[in-house]
Amino acid sequence: MEILLAILVGILYTAGVYMILRRSIVKFIIGIIFLSNATNLLVFLASGIISGKPAFVGEELSHASDMADPLPQALVLTAIVIGFGIVVFTLALKYKFFELTGTDDLDQLKKTDT
Amino acid sequence: MTITALPILIPFMLIILMIISKSVIFSKLTGIAGSFVLLLISIFIFNLLSEKGFLVLNMGGWKSPYGITLVIDYLSSLMLIVTSIIVLAIAIYAYSFLSSEQQTTKFYIFFFSLIMGVNGSFVTGDVFNLYVWFEVILISSFVLITLGNSKEQLEGGIKYLALNLLGSLFFLAGLGLLYGKTGTLNMAHLAEILRNDDQAILMNTSAVLFFIAFGIKAAVFPLFFWLPASYHTANITVSSLFAGLLTKVGVYAFIRFFTLFFVYDQIFWHKLLLIIAGFTMVIGGMSASVHYDTRKILSYHIISQIGYMIMGLGIFTPLAIAGAIFFTIHNMLAKTNTFLVAGLIYKLKGTFYLKDIGGLIKQSPILAILFIIPAFALAGVPPISGFFAKFMLIKAGIDDGQYVIAFIAVLTSLLTLYSMIKIWNEAFLKKQPDNDFAEQKQKLGFLEMLPSIILGAMSILMGVFAYKVFDITMQAANQLIEGSAYINNVLNM
Repeated sequence: MEILLAILVGILYTAGVYMILRRSIVKFIIGIIFLSNATNLLVFLASGIISGKPAFVGEELSHASDMADPLPQALVLTAIVIGFGIVVFTLALKYKFFELTGTDDLDQLKKTDT
Repeated sequence: MTITALPILIPFMLIILMIISKSVIFSKLTGIAGSFVLLLISIFIFNLLSEKGFLVLNMGGWKSPYGITLVIDYLSSLMLIVTSIIVLAIAIYAYSFLSSEQQTTKFYIFFFSLIMGVNGSFVTGDVFNLYVWFEVILISSFVLITLGNSKEQLEGGIKYLALNLLGSLFFLAGLGLLYGKTGTLNMAHLAEILRNDDQAILMNTSAVLFFIAFGIKAAVFPLFFWLPASYHTANITVSSLFAGLLTKVGVYAFIRFFTLFFVYDQIFWHKLLLIIAGFTMVIGGMSASVHYDTRKILSYHIISQIGYMIMGLGIFTPLAIAGAIFFTIHNMLAKTNTFLVAGLIYKLKGTFYLKDIGGLIKQSPILAILFIIPAFALAGVPPISGFFAKFMLIKAGIDDGQYVIAFIAVLTSLLTLYSMIKIWNEAFLKKQPDNDFAEQKQKLGFLEMLPSIILGAMSILMGVFAYKVFDITMQAANQLIEGSAYINNVLNM
């Protein structure tokens, strides 16, 4: 399972980096979504995945190995929510920008650089 | 102690009040009153520190390292005080410098959520909690930077957003790997584990991710490109706020992480920090010298000054760390002040472009004085704050045998002086060229100049009472380098 997830994280990072290097702003946002999901999976994976064990147990727990670590799940959950918020804001910003300029091309964004 | 949470709770209460009331006048006044309360609370917290040196609060009663811990030490407390001084100044400034359609409760709500994020990152003792506060800062700054909805602002906003989002992804990845390797995210617990571990070098994978994340936040070379592309587009009130606070949160995180727990493998990290510091100083200073838009000069200038703070961290003696802290505080005050004065110049002349304006010394001598204080502070003219900050850093560099970086720091001061003199010559001394901007004859009111007067007075006081500030920063630096007191205070509550 770890191997599979590791490969998936790798693929998501590759796809994300490819997408944020495209010229279109929409594709850039899709790239950000890929990257943030890849990072969420990475956090989840790096803290160790345990199959078939509950994260929350009652008083009768005999040994720590009988439960899954709830912290990485909480971390990833928070990170996913934050990611949602940011993607929504990015899309709104892109919509506003498109309304004002009619362009989706990152190469047109050169006014504020020099 | 419950008071530890107040720097976060006060802005939160203000936000709720503003959402409920929906009245702009009410928001303006509560903004000013609230930031004054924040300042009083921060000073009170600082006084409490003299007893034990630390204030620790375990949120929700979960014992650290299991729950989220809030920790205030001298470094956090100093940053809190300076932040609230800047917040007070900006709250007054916003009163007269936001155009009427921008002056909504929306501005004040996101202004205080930004402050909540900044205070939260100074107070927290938990790595994941720091990530959350960084996101709070990010989202509110996105809204603030695109406040006017003009084309430039949206464009600057997209650039700002793109790089900073990548930065927080790096942060999250580093944090995940760190948790996987150590099983904890509490800073004190991390320090306890990593300081006594002979395999700590394995942490370098996480450390380098944190390094990139904070590098983007702090705008160091070569990760600073979002800053000059976006800071000059926003409303001048917002630019001043960002100039004073945002990059310094990155610097704070650098200082916290690389003194508390990434302390193994010192030769590599300190060399890297010094190289980056040198490049940041020189490239920021040189880029500032080619521009003629006040806000662009000052934006590049922020980058150049970040180099000094990183330099202090790279030398890593108590004096150097104290110098970095001193410099950070001084820079937050003086840098915000230069942006405020740029706004005042804009109010009088109607443009930020230096070639179009001139003759301000006759038109408004008070403004000239208001400009010269932060300008001298930044350039390092005694007896204003910047001189002592630079003196400490350069002395620490020479004491430690780091002659190259000390030499670069001295040279960069000349670049700073050059760009300040350029603004001075073009805007104040030169005769007003014959163009459209010559006509405007607006007068500046006292309320408009008050924020700049407050910050200027703070810069001068910091210079005059430099020995006191020096003592406090030395205490903060010793606390950071010692580390054991931090660990004991947090873990053995």
